[in-house]
Amino acid sequence: MTMIDAWVDVDGNGVADALRERGEKLDSGGNVFLDFSVVGRLDPGGLRALEDFVGAADGKAVKVTLRGVNVYVYKVLKLARLSSRIAFVN
Amino acid sequence: MSDNTETVTDERISYLEGLVRQAKTAAAVFTQYTQEDVDRIVKPMVVAGLEQAQYLARLAIEETKLGVMEDKAIKNMVATEFVYNYVKDKRTVGQIAEYPERNLVEMAEPIGVIFSLLPITNPTSTVLFKCIMAIKTRNAVIFSPHPSAGHCCYEAVRIMYETAVKHGAPEGVFTCLESHNLQDNAYMMHHKDVGLIDATGGPGMVKAAYSSGKPALGVGPGNTPVYLEKSADLNMAVVDIITSKTFDNGTICASEQTVVIDDEIYDIVLEKFAELGSHICNEKETELLGRTVIDPKTGFMQPLAVGQKATAIARMIGLKVKPHTKLLIAPIEGVGREYPLSVEKLFPVLAVYRAKSVDEALKVCIDVNYAGGVGHTAVVFSRNDDVIRKFGEVINAGRIIVNSPGSIGALGGVYNDLVPTFSFGCGTGGGNSTTDNVNVFHYLNIKRVARRTQAHMWFRVPNQIYFNMNAVENLRQFKSRSTVVITNPAMEQIGHLDTVRRNIPPETLVHVSVIPDAEPEVQVVMQGVEALKFYRADQIIALGGGSVIDAAKIMKLKYESPEADLEELAAPFLDLRKRVVQYPTEKINRARLIAISTTSGTGSEVTPFAVLTDKEHGRKVTLADYSLSPDVAIVDPQFVMSMPKGLTADTGIDCLTHALEAGVSIFASPYTDSNAFQAIRLVFRYLPIAYEQPNDEEARTMMHNAACIAAIAFSNASVGVNHALAHAFGARFHVAHGRANALMLPHVIAFNAGVPTKFMPSPNQRGYIAHKKYAMVADLLGLGGDTVEEKVKNLVVATEQLLDRLAVPRSIAELGISKEEFEQAMPELVKNAFDDPSWRSNPRMPLLSELVELFWSAYKGRGETKAEVASRPQRGDEVLV
Repeated sequence: MTMIDAWVDVDGNGVADALRERGEKLDSGGNVFLDFSVVGRLDPGGLRALEDFVGAADGKAVKVTLRGVNVYVYKVLKLARLSSRIAFVN
Repeated sequence: MSDNTETVTDERISYLEGLVRQAKTAAAVFTQYTQEDVDRIVKPMVVAGLEQAQYLARLAIEETKLGVMEDKAIKNMVATEFVYNYVKDKRTVGQIAEYPERNLVEMAEPIGVIFSLLPITNPTSTVLFKCIMAIKTRNAVIFSPHPSAGHCCYEAVRIMYETAVKHGAPEGVFTCLESHNLQDNAYMMHHKDVGLIDATGGPGMVKAAYSSGKPALGVGPGNTPVYLEKSADLNMAVVDIITSKTFDNGTICASEQTVVIDDEIYDIVLEKFAELGSHICNEKETELLGRTVIDPKTGFMQPLAVGQKATAIARMIGLKVKPHTKLLIAPIEGVGREYPLSVEKLFPVLAVYRAKSVDEALKVCIDVNYAGGVGHTAVVFSRNDDVIRKFGEVINAGRIIVNSPGSIGALGGVYNDLVPTFSFGCGTGGGNSTTDNVNVFHYLNIKRVARRTQAHMWFRVPNQIYFNMNAVENLRQFKSRSTVVITNPAMEQIGHLDTVRRNIPPETLVHVSVIPDAEPEVQVVMQGVEALKFYRADQIIALGGGSVIDAAKIMKLKYESPEADLEELAAPFLDLRKRVVQYPTEKINRARLIAISTTSGTGSEVTPFAVLTDKEHGRKVTLADYSLSPDVAIVDPQFVMSMPKGLTADTGIDCLTHALEAGVSIFASPYTDSNAFQAIRLVFRYLPIAYEQPNDEEARTMMHNAACIAAIAFSNASVGVNHALAHAFGARFHVAHGRANALMLPHVIAFNAGVPTKFMPSPNQRGYIAHKKYAMVADLLGLGGDTVEEKVKNLVVATEQLLDRLAVPRSIAELGISKEEFEQAMPELVKNAFDDPSWRSNPRMPLLSELVELFWSAYKGRGETKAEVASRPQRGDEVLV
């Protein structure tokens, strides 16, 4: 199986849309890197979309890695019990 | 999970889980909000609540059939406007308080998801109140209304939610169970994602909340006693009670239940109640009322009466009252099951009791308080401060309302400065964790950020220290009518006593008290005190070594403060400034203590310590307090010129140990370091000379100064584990203190310079520095070495060489103590060393196993052969020079 790394820049104002769009195109296996550098704050829609995205990725054995997550967003992911299902890079 | 949760259907679980998921997401997202963000949301919510106050009140009345519409509208306004007035300027996000003087900051952490039970009696106002608190604190709430108040609560939540989300709150921040049952509540109360249960409801629900194992805020039941004391403003009291008890038809659980009235004013008070629209029940009516509105089986109020008007309740018992009767007043003669109306009645029925005295009145109030209302609310009307104070002392209520209405007073913010609330904490008496008026701060985890604070240190020395040859001449300046010289026989023989006498002003009456040359015993001290009393001494001169000076310190203490209990004063302590026992400050006599030391080691002439032997109990008692420090110290080397070689060596090593231990102590400071390091330098330079050439005046002078300087250091920085080991070993094997110190010293330096197994808490030190300080000593002594390790090693070697030169035994084995004997003594040695307070300022905390190792190291010394020991310098004759 070919492992394809996908890079996605997530827009600070459209986290939910970006994730939904990308989630629909998820292939099996490989890595998805989501760049959260410009995401200052997550709203409930964005958080739910990320939960769905990670759920879909789990189903397709895709490893999700977030880059540039600020500490406040990180805490949201921790409280939502998502942080353990995601890899983080600075 | 409880049995209740097991009966929840899958479909229901899916619904409940959806609510929790939604709330959890909102709560997680909410953590990113700033104080400004939440304040921007809260204000429009308050405005919406105010605008809808009447609408929500009407809904509540229509649905619950309880209370008074106008009052419910007022409650809704209080729940918004008054609560907002309290919270608007409160910080509830990030840093919420700062205490610069304590280096302490408080930070807010939201709870997350709160499961909130709502009551039937105050449904919409409770929703408004809790929604404002939740947004202010960044929490999400799942509401569970009373089954008979579901619609009005749902509507109140909807209004709050829509306003909040419109102004930026996260979606899902409030949800409300559309319908629910006990199983739903139980499921939610046990849910892992629910952080707190806020139970405002009946006792059953509150109990269930507390039984869930989750943190919970619950409101206990009330039964508010009121004491109407004869000095009270009766007009005000009667109006206040009527206002309160009829407010929303008495549904507020803080409202008055039984008014205990002083006999002298009883009739007047009832007349006033009647004048203002109350019906005073006769005996028969009271009995009938009790049977009707109180369930005879349970002893609790009948639900059908709750929140009903007085006229409606009168109709229930076929009682004819005037059309606008506000209140039914039922005289009772006691409290308990025989007097059904003595319990909580959330409707306009008020029991009254005639009390013959203040004492009786308070007792009846206590009875009412404990008849179902412990921890809740109580009211007193009086102008007598003693009565109010006593009422406050004996009544167990979270809110004791004085000269104002109970229900509205307890809500806070109207009649007093209590925090506005719709939830009353009832303390442990009510099965609650708080007695507070529940407020925003109960919806927060408050984190304390405690910055490191340096402990205040001190540096205390006697007022006057005179030193160098013939310093004793300074005695002439101290005027005294009656002086007692405390000394030992040797001082008399050597002629030191005469020297001292010659320097005391001729007009002074001088008396001499000779005591044995040994650690002072209680009996000896008390004889000395008798001498001081007999001669009415105003000055004490202690001439001798540490034992004599210590004895004089204790004599002075007992002479000045005869009540001082030596045993109590010897109680252990960790920090001198926080000790439990305080030394006496009241003195019936006053005497100046002048200490003239005749050895160069203990430094007792400047220390705040004194050791006493308690032969009766077979132990030593150490006293420590700066009030024990002599007033004047005379450090005159002429008194040590004749010290024998052995004593010169032993006391000199004691001095070196004081200085080295003070230097690395956790209480060391720049002030003590300067003294400790100087003393070390003087000892290394002059002790060998003083030992080998006893008549060398300069060496004797410098060693005498060194002992005093080292004592100044350890008086303020304390000593360490070397002293703990030496005390235990010396006491067990009767080895002189200085010699016992010498046996431990090189091993203790190596021990303290190593990486501790256990660090000693030391707020004033940044990191572990003992090894570095030893290296500083090595530099001071010019011992060489490039690294800290090398310097420490060189210091150990230099110490070994010094001890060799002084010809002191270098191992415990050398003292002729067999290995078996030492092994047998080890448990006692270790116990006593660990009990010794000296090590508590040591930089490295010694484990028991490490004390064992240190003792064995001292036993073995350097592991020399007998031939090597024999080849070392041997001590010369120990005769007086």
